[in-house]
Amino acid sequence: MAQSGKNLKHGSTRQQPLVGDYTFGSVTDKISAIVLRGRTPRNWYFGFAVAFLLVMVLLWSVGYLFLRGVGIWGINMPVAWGFAIVNFVWWIGIGHAGTLISAILLLLRQQWRTSINRFAEAMTLFAVACAGLFPLLHLGRPEYFYYLVPYPATTGMWPQFRSPLMWDFFAVATYATVSLFFWYVGLIPDLATLRDRAKRRFSRIAYGFLAMGWRGSARHWQRYQRAYLLLAGLATPLVVSVHTIVSLDFAVSIIPGWHTTVFPPYFVAGAIYSGFAMVLTIAIPLRAVYGLQDLVTARHLDNMAKVMLASGLVVAYGYLIEAFIAWYSGNLFERYMMLNRAFGEYGWCYWLLIASNIVVPQLLWFRSVRHSVPLLFVIALVINVGMWLERFIIVVVSLSRDFLPSSWGLYVPTFWDWATFIGTIGLFAALLFVFIRLLPMISIFEMRELLEESKGEHS
Amino acid sequence: MADAQLYGLLAEFRDPEALVDGARRVREAGYRRFDAFSPMPIEGLAEAIGFTRTRMPLVVLIGGLIGAVAGYLLQYWVSVIAYPLNVGGRPLNSWPYFIPVTFETTVLVAALFGVLGMLALNGLPRPHHPLFAVEQFAHATRDGFFLCIETADARFAGDETRRLLVEAGATEVFDVPA
Repeated sequence: MAQSGKNLKHGSTRQQPLVGDYTFGSVTDKISAIVLRGRTPRNWYFGFAVAFLLVMVLLWSVGYLFLRGVGIWGINMPVAWGFAIVNFVWWIGIGHAGTLISAILLLLRQQWRTSINRFAEAMTLFAVACAGLFPLLHLGRPEYFYYLVPYPATTGMWPQFRSPLMWDFFAVATYATVSLFFWYVGLIPDLATLRDRAKRRFSRIAYGFLAMGWRGSARHWQRYQRAYLLLAGLATPLVVSVHTIVSLDFAVSIIPGWHTTVFPPYFVAGAIYSGFAMVLTIAIPLRAVYGLQDLVTARHLDNMAKVMLASGLVVAYGYLIEAFIAWYSGNLFERYMMLNRAFGEYGWCYWLLIASNIVVPQLLWFRSVRHSVPLLFVIALVINVGMWLERFIIVVVSLSRDFLPSSWGLYVPTFWDWATFIGTIGLFAALLFVFIRLLPMISIFEMRELLEESKGEHS
Repeated sequence: MADAQLYGLLAEFRDPEALVDGARRVREAGYRRFDAFSPMPIEGLAEAIGFTRTRMPLVVLIGGLIGAVAGYLLQYWVSVIAYPLNVGGRPLNSWPYFIPVTFETTVLVAALFGVLGMLALNGLPRPHHPLFAVEQFAHATRDGFFLCIETADARFAGDETRRLLVEAGATEVFDVPA
């Protein structure tokens, strides 16, 4: 309220979260038409085909993994955590931006979140699905993954609750479930819209089934809004806890480069950083292809760029503190870890990381850069790569040099490491393609709400 | 007699403000069994129809407490009673280590109660409702603002109720078959 009042004083339309002359009807039609139109656009088929091909690569490499075991990857002692853990942390971090946008920005009453929260939440779900694959594939005997579940087994064994890996299992499982709830609850009124607007009998039945008979009653809305707000309040500490626990997988151990107290906040900031980069990577092509520039406006891109810049600076602080503590601790192994990170066998990764996570994003200080869509897209891609490199350095470089020179070793990813990783990118993209074809990628009822609120302020 | 086959009268309003205003007047006229329908939540509408308290926060609180207690007890039982592991004489009930999982189960059960509680209190899923028989009601999920007075209301009286709705600002009034 206060914010838009300020905008009125400035007489600026740039700050409006919605551009153009929309009515409740036209904004509904515009978003639902993307889903309900009869013909699937040709470029959708093309994009989905590429993604599907990569899903086949994933199935192929997972199939071969089940046949031959984890020996097909480059992992060995001492680097027993290779790409699988790097990818796990990378994917789960990406998911965090979706929850941040939908929950934290909701609690902070940031209205601009409305047109990006739906697909950001979908991105969270799909990223968590990709993340969840890796620890299971990494098990060596993936058929026994259910040993993590505390259930009364005939063996009489129970899981070890003092292990961060157990915490991780609970955190990721809770995160996936709560994200799914949050997403589905947000979808219910829109599913009802699609039910009432669908022409084909099958679509009407399918959307009607999922909408569960939603009819927009004022009593229902009251409980709905309260439940949604409470879910947001629950999801906010949850998202912080998930990446904190992921970081504890490392920080609780004694490996130099892992045993660091700065890890939890620095991991959470990194997760937000990479997640926003991924939201931009998805949003920029989507709005261009589906002509959604009125709904996902320059202001959204600008704000997301600012969040990226801010979280990127927290990440930079994390890198700085890691280096400082390595020196200040006076610990031989810590000091060697840092020198090895920067100038050792994998040193080029470290400098590439500094370039892509710290140097390049400084361009975002400039308004002209934040308003140049192609530049923003490139920077987002660079940050995606940078954040992947960060996890590679934490996992692989730390393990390759531990306390005894006799147990040093290097890690070189194999073809199967790459095939599995690229396969999950395909899975992520394929799920996104299915999502934008079948469900509204922008929350329709929240756009109507936004319209009503901005109308009220102008009159 | 016609009332016996009716579920109620459905009135359409022009915009959100008219609906809130209309709902307030219907309530002031003494009606209680009526509901408003809109394509998005409208501030003040629930108050206007006399629905001010929801038990949602209590439901979520109960869920959270159950999750917290159950999560901690599970870990306590596993680590102290069912499968005690003596690691250098450290305490079996090592509570700081049990906090992360307790936190996760708290959030999980609270969220479960929040979603299922919201649906249960709303009486959803409910695939069919008499209102869906009115063709115009499909706009309630697009750009239509409706108010429905049920025949079950003690004050319901066919034409008089219809007149009240028109006076309250309805643009059109529909019969809802039972």
